[in-house]
Amino acid sequence: MATRLQFENSCEVGVFSKLTNAYCLVAIGGSENFYSAFESELVDVIPVVKTSIAGTRIIGRLCAGNKNGLLVPHTTTDQELQHLRNSLPDQVVVQRIEEKLSALGNCIACNDHVALTHTDLDRETEEIIADVLGVEVFRQTIAGNILVGSYCAFSNRGGLVHPHTSIEDLDELSTLLQVPLVAGTINRGSEVIAAGMTVNDWTAFCGSDTTATELSVIESVFKLREAQPSAIVDEMRKSLIDSYV
Amino acid sequence: MLTADAVVDEEVTLCSRNPLNAKLYPLRLHLPPNNSAMHVLVVPQSSKDYKFLIILPLQLSTPASVSTSPAAASSKQPFLPSPSPVLDPGSLFPTNHIKVAMAANMFVVPQTQGTVLCCKCGILMTPNPANMCVTCLRSEVDITEGLRKHVTIMHCPECNSYLQPPRTWLKAQLESKELLTYCVKRLETDLKKVRLVNAEFIWTEPHSKRIKVKLKVQKEVLNGAILEQCYVVEYVQQDHMCESCTRFQANPDQWVASVQLRQRVSHRRTFFYLEQVILKHDAAAHAIKIKQMEQGIDFFFGNESHALKFVEFLGKVAPTGKSKRSEQLVSHDTKNNSYNYKYTHSVEISPICREDLICLPPRVAVSLGNLGPLVICTKVTNNITLLDPFTLRQCFLDRDQYWRYSFKSLLSSRQLVEYDVFNVEVVSPEYNVGGSKYVIADVEVARVTDYGKLFYVRTHLGHILHPGDRALGYDLYGVNSNDNELDKYTDLVIPDVILIKKSYEEKRQKKRGKPRPWKLKSLNMELDESRGRANEEKMNSEYEEFLRDLEENPELRFNLSLYHNKNYQPSEMASMGDGDDVPSVPLEELLADLELSDEEDGEDSMRE
Repeated sequence: MATRLQFENSCEVGVFSKLTNAYCLVAIGGSENFYSAFESELVDVIPVVKTSIAGTRIIGRLCAGNKNGLLVPHTTTDQELQHLRNSLPDQVVVQRIEEKLSALGNCIACNDHVALTHTDLDRETEEIIADVLGVEVFRQTIAGNILVGSYCAFSNRGGLVHPHTSIEDLDELSTLLQVPLVAGTINRGSEVIAAGMTVNDWTAFCGSDTTATELSVIESVFKLREAQPSAIVDEMRKSLIDSYV
Repeated sequence: MLTADAVVDEEVTLCSRNPLNAKLYPLRLHLPPNNSAMHVLVVPQSSKDYKFLIILPLQLSTPASVSTSPAAASSKQPFLPSPSPVLDPGSLFPTNHIKVAMAANMFVVPQTQGTVLCCKCGILMTPNPANMCVTCLRSEVDITEGLRKHVTIMHCPECNSYLQPPRTWLKAQLESKELLTYCVKRLETDLKKVRLVNAEFIWTEPHSKRIKVKLKVQKEVLNGAILEQCYVVEYVQQDHMCESCTRFQANPDQWVASVQLRQRVSHRRTFFYLEQVILKHDAAAHAIKIKQMEQGIDFFFGNESHALKFVEFLGKVAPTGKSKRSEQLVSHDTKNNSYNYKYTHSVEISPICREDLICLPPRVAVSLGNLGPLVICTKVTNNITLLDPFTLRQCFLDRDQYWRYSFKSLLSSRQLVEYDVFNVEVVSPEYNVGGSKYVIADVEVARVTDYGKLFYVRTHLGHILHPGDRALGYDLYGVNSNDNELDKYTDLVIPDVILIKKSYEEKRQKKRGKPRPWKLKSLNMELDESRGRANEEKMNSEYEEFLRDLEENPELRFNLSLYHNKNYQPSEMASMGDGDDVPSVPLEELLADLELSDEEDGEDSMRE
């Protein structure tokens, strides 16, 4: 289910939060409304952690992660790093990386299997991504923009990209990511998708300016309507039994 | 076998890099069951060093032969055939991506624009900076907000003109380009905020006193999207008479400035010539009325500046003296201290005309370099050209110089007498004086009326006179002049006859009554009613002489426009057998009778 909310009167929800299948990071706001909105959705399923990165609140754009790990920039302080390590589940590897492009959230877009990165990312960083997050890494651009982390948001079920993406690009990306993609907008026509929303396999949070049309597009492409947390677990259980043989 | 569908020229081996020691090892992949075909998708990686990425397993039975190393790597790594640390990608080791460097050229994929849903209404549309369909955008933003939709304009019904404040009236027809420009200009302040793309009229009934203009404007809204919108502006036409029409209605004969042109001579040749020059230059276009007076013409204008312009024009074509201006108060507004005057300019043309014989006062003769006191005036424009017939010296007097001395002529062309030429003896070679050729000759002449007295005189017309010709000249032997200047010269030898020009009178007899092949236009002049019948005859004969003058002198024709006479039919007996033809206007100089005569005459052919 997609929820509409605001962070301190700003509709750019994806800037101040990071949602994955295993945890959720939230920025520290003046009022508790933002945090409680996340909590009400995710309370028993995954931990919701309040944090800052490098002393800022724009955590969604500074870090990148999935259920396997979390990558934070070199500007993260030791206390923040420790706090994250303590609060997140043990199977999530928190790694601080030395990279010139420190806004990792803008440079890396990932789900649990595939990641798209900024074309100028270091080779070592790419290896660390592949290592820590357990994904295949592809360098790509989206509609000519190199900040792939900002202009697309995708989960394991589907993805939303910049509205100016051409059909050929859309096909190419869809084949790379192995998920259905659609070009669309968020927050009443804004093109910066990942800044306006954050999504995982069963839920999504969008800015409150999002129109009904945009919301319906999101719900259909990320397959949120029938998704419930328990359903995911049931599916995983089935596949685990399969491979045991 | 790796089948190269892509542009793979060399043999390639697929390797994977060991993350632990960064070495390349050949890749072994699980084959699909039943040896079915595996698809390889080679996708160009959008990075700087043109590496290709092969995703998905491919059908490989054995590791292939030679590896090509990745381009940017610290490459020259030898191929390690040893089997031991071979990684089996089937174990889902994280780095199962494969990179193969190709030196191939990148090809560009054709891009087609996709469609997105409008964020408000959800219809499919091509993406634009606002990401809203046009209707939604238009419902959100109205770029014509704040622009005027109703404007009042003033219209004068008499002269069909529109007021441009504060005082200019612009003449324009309904639905014309000028009216459109005017209407758009009235909205200038509004149109600074938006960009005008198109403007056109919407038809309205003329009696409704409404003019509707449809304007298409563009403005930038939200995030750089440019929105284009049409809107209609309605102009209400209010009737209000303009000042000139008001003044005209009050008194139709009202003139504000007049120019009185005078020349104190007994003939009107100058005025015929001036009439033609004025017509050619269209100088009297602004004149309300033109009236013919004794010894001159009066021009009436509605505007002092027009009158001044006309006076200046006259100064350029005729040797006029300084013009005098006088004012007459017509009305006076005590409240705002404005005065209305009537202005009259008095312009006098010098009495010296072409072919006049002049006796120069001693001072003038000396200042011109001792020019013989008897001179002939050969040409009058705004300068006077004087020719001494015995020394063939030519002098120019411009307006100021003439009016400083203001001498009169001794004898004028009315006093020309006909002579018969009996003998011609050329004395000098041909001289070219200011464009005209002269030859000094001694001739034997006698007056046509009195063959008894023969005169031996020197003349400058040796180039055209032959025995048996007729010539016109001044009879100084017989004339009784009481000129003061002549008396001042005590020891001057006055010749008996000074010949001026050759006479074609006899030959003209044959052509009398036949129309000329050319004609002149005339100004719309009011004639002075007070003159009698005799004057009319005199005028006609003078006009006829003027026309003859034009035929004989190409330089006189230079400034004028002559037109084809449509009524003229060339007769069968065109030219007589004489070798000596009457001079006439060559056909090239004639203009077809157009309404506008701005073109120059044809080449000025010199009369031989």
